[in-house]
Amino acid sequence: MSTRTNRTKKTAHIPDAERAELIELYRQMLLIRRFEEHCDKAYRQDKIGGYLHLYIGEEALAVGFISQLNPDDRVLGHYRDHGYVLALGSDPKAVMAELYGKVTGLCRGKGGSMHLYDKEKNFLGGYAIVGDVIGIATGVAFAAKYEGSDRIVLCFFGDGAMNAGLLHESLNMAGLWKLPVIYIVENNKYAMGTPVELHSAVTNLAKRASVYGFPSETIDAMDVLEVRKHARRIIDHVRTHKEPYFVEAITYRFVGHGAADITDPGSYRTREEVEEWRKRDPIPTLAKYLLENGIATQDELDAIDREVRAVVEEAARFADESPDPPLDELWEHVFVD
Amino acid sequence: MAVKTFREAIREALIEEMDRDERVFLMGEDIGRYQGTFRVTEGLFQKYGPHRVWDTPISEPGFIAIAIGAAIDGLRPVVEVMTWSFAFLAMDQIVNHAAKILYKSGGACRVPMVIRGPAGPGKQLASQHSHSIELWLAHTPGLKVVIPSTPADAKGLLKTAIRDENPVMFIEHPQLYLTKGEVPEGEYTLPFGVADVKREGRDATIITYSRGVLLAQQAAERLKEEGIEVEIIDLRTLVPCDWETVFRSIRKTHRAIAVHDDWRYAGFGAEIVAQIQEHAFDYLDAPILRVAGADVPMPYNKHLERHAVPQVEDIVAAVKQVL
Repeated sequence: MSTRTNRTKKTAHIPDAERAELIELYRQMLLIRRFEEHCDKAYRQDKIGGYLHLYIGEEALAVGFISQLNPDDRVLGHYRDHGYVLALGSDPKAVMAELYGKVTGLCRGKGGSMHLYDKEKNFLGGYAIVGDVIGIATGVAFAAKYEGSDRIVLCFFGDGAMNAGLLHESLNMAGLWKLPVIYIVENNKYAMGTPVELHSAVTNLAKRASVYGFPSETIDAMDVLEVRKHARRIIDHVRTHKEPYFVEAITYRFVGHGAADITDPGSYRTREEVEEWRKRDPIPTLAKYLLENGIATQDELDAIDREVRAVVEEAARFADESPDPPLDELWEHVFVD
Repeated sequence: MAVKTFREAIREALIEEMDRDERVFLMGEDIGRYQGTFRVTEGLFQKYGPHRVWDTPISEPGFIAIAIGAAIDGLRPVVEVMTWSFAFLAMDQIVNHAAKILYKSGGACRVPMVIRGPAGPGKQLASQHSHSIELWLAHTPGLKVVIPSTPADAKGLLKTAIRDENPVMFIEHPQLYLTKGEVPEGEYTLPFGVADVKREGRDATIITYSRGVLLAQQAAERLKEEGIEVEIIDLRTLVPCDWETVFRSIRKTHRAIAVHDDWRYAGFGAEIVAQIQEHAFDYLDAPILRVAGADVPMPYNKHLERHAVPQVEDIVAAVKQVL
């Protein structure tokens, strides 16, 4: 009870809506974290096949940006894409079932981890060829402009994609035609195992993208409140000024490039470096803020953790119990009849 | 019916579909102010303005990716590639995305778009501007492949292509642009997967498409003088492909020749041969022959170029060989 009294006293100035939003940011980041912790386990049990790229450590970026979108805005991403759909509110059961390759999955078990789609939530695809999402997202922004709508597009990709030729072509056309797209490079320091210093002639990626006639800047993406603040401003700018924006988001993945990455840590980055970044884990960072400002109690945060763990467990059970796609599904969706 | 050139027929289809559906827009290099390298889009920028006719930078992967993105979010892009040889730059976009998004999204996302432009030899454009591309595209599940030979077919098939819910690769032979034929006015669409028997005959069947149809028709005229009657099947669309019409003809003539400009080795002719031997083997009285492009990069020299692509006399000789 004393905690509750304490909260009331310290946060009298925080409106309920803001309080609820902050809690929701926390819940979403934790959901992604717990969801992916389960994925990692399921991958080792061969329940998830192919490649599995985890977003662990980078949750603040997807959650901070996506929380500021309008419902009809669009999001596209690269193949490290579980965080985007969960932040957009896709049903965790359908996401997990897709990773398990089941017919109840978002893509009927035919896309897998690297190729998620959720058209209802306006997630128009995870793209598994490095850099290609940049071009396709530019086209989705083209459609928004063509239709004269107020929609904007978020396009997430990794620092490795900075070196794909399509980035240059796309940013040029987006600048030329003033397309409402926010390019967000997740600079987690490594393109697989190659550090930025060894793959980019200029390591300031915002600077590299600064020559196409629209704004470009670097933000800290380890703190969801920072991300949310920038996202609000940048999204508003793009919607108002009808022009693209480039964001270099400084972030870090706490786990290997893929779940099968046995070289990390040690081969291309040190355990010490990972530990150093883990001190900036966005989830405890937000928890600390919530507690210190009396927005939530530890009991409440624990309850959220129990809640998301239950959601993940239910998703896993659903995925486990769902059937494989029937064999005739093999021939479905090659063409629209 | 009015007589029009092949490129006028294409333009007519574009105009009619742009008038019919505001979501249809054109995109490509120098298609607007410059009015197109082969002037297929002549006057369209002037007629529709920059909102419907988009001049792009020289960025094939970029603007084809944009078209794919626009298509998955509800528009109907019609992209011109200045030549299909340049589309090799964008094969990643075409093969990895346009062809696969429907499937990998489990049917959630459609890619209703058309990529059209010239492909084929015969203009002394040498090795990098003369590719036939149909085989590369037809090999990839998820792409429809349309390759007409007459102005009327071009119009009817392009209108169908623009209305199709799938990515349609529409291939125009540069040597056909100025050929003429009667073209139905207004609403005229042709279904995909319906071959056209361009000429009926009893002695042998020539299975072909695009420029090959014109060559086959000339060959047929010469053979007729010797009392040989060949049947000519214009496949018109390779995906989907109307094999039943082919088999029906083989059951009548018992002899088949596949003709195309594209390289012989592992070309579409090989698929034609395989389909016939799998489904109509018992009706054959002779080996199936292929008259196809020489397996060399296209040379510049006119004399050499001529020998690198099928000629009427090659078809005549092949027919005589199987009789």
